Amino acid sequence: MRRSAAIVSLALAIAACGKTSNIEPIAAGTTTFPLTVTAENGAITIAKKPVRIVSLSPTATEDLFAIGAGRQVIAVDDQSNYPPGVPTTKLSGFEPNVEAIATYKPDLVVFADDSHKLSASFKALGIAAILQSPPKDLSDAYKQLDVLGRVTDNRAGSANVVTKMRRDIRSLVEDAPHFDRPPTYFHELSSDYFTATSSTFIGTVYALLGLKNIADAADKAGTGYPQLSAEFIIQSNPSLIFLADTKCCSQTAETVAKRPGWDKIDAVTSGRVVALDDDVVSRWGPRIVDFLRTVENALKALKKAA
Amino acid sequence: MAVAELRERLSAVPLRPARLRIGWLSAGVACLIVAALVGVFIGPVGINPAQALRKLVGLLPFVPDTSHLSAQHEAILMQLRLPRVVLAGIVGATLAISGAAYQGAFRNPLADPYLLGAAAGAGLGATVAIAYTPAGVGSNIVPMASFAGALLAVALAYAVGRASGPGRTATTLVLAGIAVMSFFTAVQTFLLQRRADQIREVYGWILGRLATVGWSDVFLVLPYVAVGIATIMAHRRLLDVLALGDDEAEAVGVPARRVRLIVVVAASLSTAAVVAVSGLIGFVGLIVPHVVRLVAGTSYRVILPLSLCFGAAFLILADLLGRTVISPAELPIGVITAFFGAPFFALVLRTSRKML
Repeated sequence: MRRSAAIVSLALAIAACGKTSNIEPIAAGTTTFPLTVTAENGAITIAKKPVRIVSLSPTATEDLFAIGAGRQVIAVDDQSNYPPGVPTTKLSGFEPNVEAIATYKPDLVVFADDSHKLSASFKALGIAAILQSPPKDLSDAYKQLDVLGRVTDNRAGSANVVTKMRRDIRSLVEDAPHFDRPPTYFHELSSDYFTATSSTFIGTVYALLGLKNIADAADKAGTGYPQLSAEFIIQSNPSLIFLADTKCCSQTAETVAKRPGWDKIDAVTSGRVVALDDDVVSRWGPRIVDFLRTVENALKALKKAA
Repeated sequence: MAVAELRERLSAVPLRPARLRIGWLSAGVACLIVAALVGVFIGPVGINPAQALRKLVGLLPFVPDTSHLSAQHEAILMQLRLPRVVLAGIVGATLAISGAAYQGAFRNPLADPYLLGAAAGAGLGATVAIAYTPAGVGSNIVPMASFAGALLAVALAYAVGRASGPGRTATTLVLAGIAVMSFFTAVQTFLLQRRADQIREVYGWILGRLATVGWSDVFLVLPYVAVGIATIMAHRRLLDVLALGDDEAEAVGVPARRVRLIVVVAASLSTAAVVAVSGLIGFVGLIVPHVVRLVAGTSYRVILPLSLCFGAAFLILADLLGRTVISPAELPIGVITAFFGAPFFALVLRTSRKML
């Protein structure tokens, strides 16, 4: 019985192949179930419209609620805190406990980290689960929204969100002031100076506005997330400092100014240390537009002062 | 055992090279000065050494500052490198001399400053501060919490060792220290398991950090370290007597247990202070005194002052490697001390004909 179901779904997968692959242009409409999608963790078949979704990724949670699938979500992981009122549980996406997840009897699980072989566990339990790991750039993020729209039967919702994001970002980029020499910036991830280079998702977003990352020269290991020394940061003398450690580590423009030697950095002396929301910049959901707007405002202020 | 007989035995002990020869002392001081200068001149950012030297000389009273450093370079030199080199020196000197003091007080060549649980206590204090206080508060009180934790652990070990009966010996204390250490480590591991998202920050602390220090950290530890080191130095002769055995020391009028208590308290206090700002830096406290012992003599009148110099120089150079090898990122200093210290020690061990 089970085997024949597997054969049927395989047949469906083959039949659906190409039509439902990730790269298909985004289009609104309704989904017909059962549906097979090609996710990062392989072909996943969803028998009927999911109404018991568990999200183990804060970004997926934001995406799901943004596209209008919020009512289908019954549980989200302990890091998910947006939008307000999401059904936060003790489930963890970093240290996932498959049994605990299974007790929610989910008909769809969305997760962002497969380092604990979650995929295989869900497969063994017969739970449809979609892996959406951190994207490389915005177009990857759009694709993830599109996939969520299709698997939750909210294609119109996801298409709207993506269209709005594209439009907002385009107009922000068009409005951004132009500089002859691109302003330099330091994106601070932690109070011990871990940062992100231009090769990361957040780095590509900064690059849209024509900013130059001081960490690019420093990432010898090529991880995208090097740790810088205070000496290097002061020497690089960035025009802008963005703090993505305001929540985790309570950093503010004041605490930055008090660090030894930092009062000689242009960004600090001219008051261009910008506090960000840690959550917004470590996720890749629709709120990335808000982040881009903050950066653009800082750029406009910089242009005005120049 | 008659006192006369003891005296006789004492006089039969082969004479140790007790006096610190001026050659070794000047070698130690020279080594420290060179290390400090190299540490100040070299870093991830290239600063002209001649300019840097002018800046340093300009700090002396009545000497004009003739350097032409940019504001950034001056800040890097004066507010980042200099305090860092000074603190590395203080931490290295303290760990090395405390290690030597512990080895003397316990007559145990394997003793290091963390023997009575100072490291485990500091680790637990830091973990609680990082993982169990509201975000932002934690990083500010880490030094205080780890200082308190280290003192608590050592006090507990002492209390346990003391409670174990009238026959309390150095061995009893060491065993009590091991018990306390295991217990504190277990609690720390349990707490960390429950706060997995904080592991990176705690782990970073455990590996040792000098990356974000400034002058404030130097002033924070200085009073404790000064008192601790002065106390240990004042007891250097008594440590030599203690090396013969508790009974033997008592026989010549040295109150062995009291000396041990004073030396251990002084070493623990200064160790707790440096651990609080630098994290756990292993190896220095164990190896530096032994290298000194192997090359310069086994009297504490030699070991203590030389450990001070070479410990400081060693840690300044280790920190220099830590901040330049994968520059502009940093290697944790605890990794460097063991990675470069262990082979070096093996080399000294092989080439030296003396016994530990």
